[in-house]
Order: sequence, then structure tokens, then C-alpha cells
Amino acid sequence: MTAAIELIGITKRFPGVIANDDVNLTVKRGEIHAICGENGAGKSTLMKILYGMQAPDKGRMLIDGEEVKLSSPGDAIERGIGMVHQHFMLADQLTVLENVILGSEPTSRGFVDFTAARTHFDEVGEAYGLTIDPDDLVETLEVGERQRVEIIKVLFRGAEILILDEPTAVLVPQEVEELFRNMRGLRADGATILFIDHKLQEVLEIADTITVLRQGRTVATVDPNEVNAGDLAELMVGSELPTPATGASTVTDEVALHVKGVTVLDVDDRPVVDDVSLKIRRGEIVGIAGVEGNGQHELVSAIIGTLDPSAGAISLNGENIAHWSVRDRREAGVAYVPQDRQSEGLLLTAPLWENAALGHQTRPPFSKGVWVDRAGSKERTEEIRSSFDVRTPNIDVSAHALSGGNQQKLILGREVTSEPKLLIASHPTRGIDVGAQAAVWDHLRRSRSDGLATLLISADLDELIGLSDTIVVMFRGKLVATLDPNDVTPRDLGAFMTGAHLGDEHTPTINQAVQQ
Amino acid sequence: MTHPTIRRIVLTVGAPISAVFFAVLLSSLFLLISGSSPFQAYIDMIENASRLETFVDILNEATPLYISAIAAAIGFRMNLFNIGVEGQYLLAAFFAAAVGGYFAGLPPVLHVTLILIVSVLVGAAYAGLAGALKVTRGINEVISTIMLNFIAVGGIIAWLIREWADDTGATNSGTTPIDESGRMPSLNGLLEVFTREISKGRELTGVLLIAILVGITYHLFINRTRIGFDFRASGYNPMAARAGGIPPKRMVMYAMLLSGGVAGLVGMSEVLSQRYKYDQSFIQGLGFNGIAIALLGRNNPVGIAIGALLFGFLNASSGILQITGSATPEIVQIMKGIIVLSAVIAYEAVRRVKLRDEARSAAEATERMSTEPEEALA
Repeated sequence: MTAAIELIGITKRFPGVIANDDVNLTVKRGEIHAICGENGAGKSTLMKILYGMQAPDKGRMLIDGEEVKLSSPGDAIERGIGMVHQHFMLADQLTVLENVILGSEPTSRGFVDFTAARTHFDEVGEAYGLTIDPDDLVETLEVGERQRVEIIKVLFRGAEILILDEPTAVLVPQEVEELFRNMRGLRADGATILFIDHKLQEVLEIADTITVLRQGRTVATVDPNEVNAGDLAELMVGSELPTPATGASTVTDEVALHVKGVTVLDVDDRPVVDDVSLKIRRGEIVGIAGVEGNGQHELVSAIIGTLDPSAGAISLNGENIAHWSVRDRREAGVAYVPQDRQSEGLLLTAPLWENAALGHQTRPPFSKGVWVDRAGSKERTEEIRSSFDVRTPNIDVSAHALSGGNQQKLILGREVTSEPKLLIASHPTRGIDVGAQAAVWDHLRRSRSDGLATLLISADLDELIGLSDTIVVMFRGKLVATLDPNDVTPRDLGAFMTGAHLGDEHTPTINQAVQQ
Repeated sequence: MTHPTIRRIVLTVGAPISAVFFAVLLSSLFLLISGSSPFQAYIDMIENASRLETFVDILNEATPLYISAIAAAIGFRMNLFNIGVEGQYLLAAFFAAAVGGYFAGLPPVLHVTLILIVSVLVGAAYAGLAGALKVTRGINEVISTIMLNFIAVGGIIAWLIREWADDTGATNSGTTPIDESGRMPSLNGLLEVFTREISKGRELTGVLLIAILVGITYHLFINRTRIGFDFRASGYNPMAARAGGIPPKRMVMYAMLLSGGVAGLVGMSEVLSQRYKYDQSFIQGLGFNGIAIALLGRNNPVGIAIGALLFGFLNASSGILQITGSATPEIVQIMKGIIVLSAVIAYEAVRRVKLRDEARSAAEATERMSTEPEEALA
């Protein structure tokens, strides 16, 4: 039996990143196939390629054994592939039926043929066992029902292969059950489903086959009956990567950064950072572990100065900088490697040498009095280029042209060579290739032994355990644990990160996964 | 593959040249459709422009257009769309002319300086209003400046011009004419050093010098000063600029004040060396033309100068076409539109080619070095 979909050697590059690197995938007809991977592993890009929204740079795609080139979603639909996006694309003011036929209305003599539409709608609903009133206004529907409308929309267009992009992300548990029931029904009626998810328990429950993506590559295709969630997590994070161990301790007893009782409120006055205290000494790397969205970014923003803390003190070498401007803090020696280098770290359309000045433009060698020092800036940029191995034809190209790893090395270089007192490194190796990752680790270690105090935020637990001298765990805005990286495993960390130690009844599934 | 440097130069120069070429082609088509000979029209235009007097006309036309385009460009560099240059320059010219007319008998240099200061302050204040609305209330500057244009022209000026009119009975009432001491000397003497005497009562506006000064200052400020860097960084990427210690709201405020201040000078060639007052037939539309020229000149002071001269040439040509009858003078407006549109398209095409080139050469650099031992991993 030929596979419904076969991808061979799919590669897709964007300026700065390799989203898919030689991806191979085989989806059998009539199965539910899950694609797992961390954020940034290349899942979405792969789905966009499958749905014709983006063309791969390399590789072949076979549908039912026939080689195809999809240049638009229209092509994909014609081949029987339909996609349900994570964010619904429905018109609230129209009825279910109107939404379903929108864009592929059956017509007779130039008018929309609602009778034909209704007949076809009923046929589809019956064939796949999906029930919903076609005359309901979409704005009155629950989230789960809206999702069903999206699925019907795709089936209405004759799709037999469905791509569901993180379908459970927006659903409550009861709706997830309903969705899974529908998915099983669709499978029984002959549909093939490809779905993206990173909730491991759910994947194990529903999928017939699981393919794991990591850093744009397919690392494994497994049978859910033969693996547990722990195995999957390991495949996703990849613990066999080069280890980022630091070696002998260089921690001194001079405190560089002292955060005391810092609280940051969100727009609704709820604390997103809740009474956080921590100390970082010179020569020490303090790692923050936590599931994304537990206040790490807000804590970092409060230290760097883009968010104003509502309570608490932040002292840098004994001086309270909690309410200083970002520029004053930068000048006082706070260096920052942002979590999203393209949006917060770089001027993508400006030349490299101007990027090297960003954040340091008020000081030599980047400026002289009120003037920009172009010669000094360029000289410093060349230094960064050679000592941080930034691979670029010259320093006048725009930052856009560099690969993600080289962009990151440029940012790290500019931050570290400014002789900072404190370095905040937020996900410093996210989305960069293994070689650049090792280089970044190397530079972090070197700065540490030169006496730099570093705050490291990372989703890569091996990176945190390997590099940090102390690990703190952040959960719902609070620091819930301080751990010694020498006697903690990623699994222990996972338990703290999801709040399992609190005996919380809402423990997310990932936590159950890591405890197995 | 050609040499990269040559390729870059060809790309940079190629865009505007192909835009003009395309514009000429399309305009010719319009002329043919309207039953005129494109050749005859172009010959008339060029012959006319080669006369010294027309040259003076072109410079006089280009001067306010240049200042207006620089005002728009200051906003563009910050990703601010200051549509309000129009209202800002009209309001500034009105107040400056009123103040200039009110003070009679001041020492000449002081009188002119006073008028210039008033115009800059009024322009800056009026644009600053839009800036303040944006930073405190998040109101899009496009909306607020359009509204402020209406308020300036149809509201403030229409009301005050009647209150302050020199002669309320006149059909074209306006502010009190400015004394001799408040008028900018013409540059005829300067130009005549190089050529013959300028006839037909043409006077080259002294404000041309101010325009040149504005252009040089703009270049130095944006490209050479620290705060200019902050400006551009904010325009490129406000989030990254903010993390780099640049306060985004303050930058928006500065940009609007500067853009408005320069906009205030747009009406000065009219006030100081032509009309000497603000009346109901005061020249309008320079603000909108300035936006088009800033686009044409890619916010670059030299590019804008070329664009302003081109527009000045087209404006000066519309008269001769009417006189010779070789084409309808409205063709000039059509040509302006076509030129700007083709330029925008050509720039975008070139931008894409350049990006691709850069990405390719960066990828080559990476691969070339990858074949060497990977010292980074050591």
C-alpha cells in the first residue's frame, strides 16, 4: 500500500535559520500521525510546506505515490489536503454553513446555490459523523464547536488528508476528549490525519505513529505502544547533544546582582513576577528553569529596565537600579542577549557594524561625544567578527543576511566585549545549529571564568544543568526551588517546573510524563 | 556573474534610471492618446529649461519642495508618516507672515531671523501636537495629522485671516505685508557671477541657501550623530532599540518636533522672497508633493535634491506647454504620479535583488569557512 504522504529530504532555509533540514516523513493512509517537537523545531514550517503555503528549497513530496509540487493552498486542496489552523479563520457574523462554503461556494447562474450547499454539508456531516447546526451564527459557538466548523470546512472541500496544527492548544480537557472522539471517527471513515502537538500524554493517547522533530530534523519515528512520555521528551530535547559542562567553579563571594522581593504586575494588576529574590556573584552562572510564560521574561525585563517593577529592589554592585532607564543600566554594565534575537536584538536591515553598536552606542569605541565614531565602530565589529567567528563576507552586509547562529554570535560578541558587570542570556542557543551552540557555550564559560556574573534563562534543561552553578526554578511568577546542578536530573527539574511538588491537582500532562 | 561592486552600483543607479525611462515611455503613451506629439512636447520642455530664466524658476520651485521632502523624510526614517507637513507649513507661514508684518522697522537680519524662528516654532508645535497624541494616547499620527491639516487650513487660518486681515474689503485678504527689512535678499548676484544677467524680473530666492543648509544638517544629524543613530535604530526596530537603551516615545516626540520644525520652513520662500505676506492665494500642496519627493529620493538628501529639481522642472514646464500648445499642461501632473509610482516599484525590485545577493554571499562565506577545521568546536 502506498503512503498517503511521503516527504523525502525536505529542506527549507530562511534568512538566518534552517527551519527544516533534510526532513523525511511517511504518513500511511488512514492513520493518525503525530508530529512532535519543541517550539522552533520546524513543525509549523513543515506543515506550511505540506499545505503549499511555502515551497521547500530542496526535497521531494509524494502524495499517494505521485510526485507533486504544491505552490499554493489551492494546489494542496486539489490534492485532497486540508489544514485546520491553530488560530481559527472564521467570520463571526456569518452562519456555520456560510463559513463552510466561504471561498468555494456552489453556484447556479452566478448566484450562491444554498440548497446544493446544504445538501453537501449534510452529506459531509453524515459521512464523518460530525454534527453541528448549519444555521447557528459562528459567534455563538464554543471553541470546540468552532474547531469542528473548521474541520467540516476542510472536509467540505473534499480533503482526505487533514493537517491539524496544535488542535488541543485552545481546548479544555472535555473538548479535547470530544475532538479525539471525532478524530477516531474520521479515521474510521477513511481520513488520514496529521497533527502537531507537544503535549506528550495526548500524543500517546491518540496517535498511531509519532514522528519527532528536533532542530529542523526528523530524529525518530516511533510506535506509541513502544515508548513512554519520558522517551519522547528525551527525543524532543535531545540529551545526546554535546554537553555544556562548565568545569571547576569560579564563583567568588562578591555579589554582582542582588534582586530583592521584586514584583511585576501585568495590565490586570496580577503579579507575573511575584516577590522574587536572587543573588548572582561574580564568576557565577545562575540558571532559571521554568516552563515558558511563568514570569521569566518579565523578570528579565525588570532587570534590564523595559518593565518597571511595582515592588522590590534590584542592585548592581550595591547600587539600586530598579528604576533607572534602560540606557543608564546599559552604561552601568548590564549586558543582554534577548530571547528573540530578530525582534529584540538586531536591526535586521542595518549593517553589521551598526548592529554591533546597538545598546553601546553612547560609549567608545562606538561614539565620540555627540558623534558616531564610524571608524571605531567598524574596528570593534571586526574584532568581534574574528574572535567570535561570525561568518560573514564583510561587516557592511545587513544583519538579515546572516544565519541564526552567526547573528547570535554577533550579539553575544557585542554584549561580552563591552566589559559588562552582568550578562543576561535569555535562551542563548535557541534555534541555532550545533556548532554555533557549542561556540556560544564556550564564550559563556570563558566570560564566567573572567569573573562575569551571568543570568541564564533556557528551555534546554541539559544546557541549564551543564552551565549553571546554581539553578532556580520559576513557576507562576515565583521562585519555587533552588537546586544544585550537580545532583539534579532533567526529570527532577521537570517536576518543579510544572509545580508537581506542590501537589497541585492541575498538574499539566508533561509532568506526569517526566515522572513515569 | 559581474564584479560585486559594479553590480551594486548598477543596481543602485539602475533603479531611478529605469523608473524615469518607464515614466517617459508611459507619459508618451498618454500624450499620444490625447493627440499630441510626445517628441514636440519633450523638445519644448527641454528647450525651455535650458534658458537661464527657467533655471531660476526651477530652483525657486524646487526650494520649498526640497525642504518639505526633508521634513517628510525625517518622519520616514522613524517610520512615522507625517502627512501633516501641509498643515504645519501653512500654519507656520501664516503666523510667521503675521508676526513679520506686525513688526515694522526692525534691523534687517533680526527681522528675517525672527520670521524664521516663528515659522520653525509654529511648525514644530503643531507637529508636536500629533506626536504628543501618539505617545500619550496611542493615536496614529496619520489620522491625527490629516485632521490637524483640516483644522489648520479650514479652521485656524480661515478664522484668523479675517480677524487680522490688512484690508478686509479686498477679495484676496491677507496679513500685513512685511517691510523691506524682513525680506530675504535674492541670490541673483551670486548666480550672475557664473552666467549673464538674469532678465524678466526673475529673482532667485535666498531661501535656497536655507534649503541647502537644511539638507546638510539633515545628513549630518541622521547619519553622523549619536542621536541620529538612536533615531534610525528606533525606525528600524523599536523593540531592539528599546532593549538597546533608546526610549521609543521620546524618539517619536523628537522626530515629530524636528519634522514639524523643518516643515515650518517650507513656506518661507513664499513669505520672505515672493509674496511677503500670507493671503488667500498662498501656495498649497507643497506638503503632499514633499511626501512624493521623499519617496522618490529614498530619504537621502542628495536623492531628494534630484527629486525636487525634477518636480521643479516639471512645474516650470507646464507653463511652456500651454504657451506652445504642444501638449496639455496637465500632462505634467500625470508625469509626476507616474514617476513616483515607477520609482517605488523599481526600488522595491532592487531591494529584493540586493537582499538575495547579500544572503547568498553570507551563505557562501559560511560554507567557505566550514571546510576549514572548526575551531569554534574546539
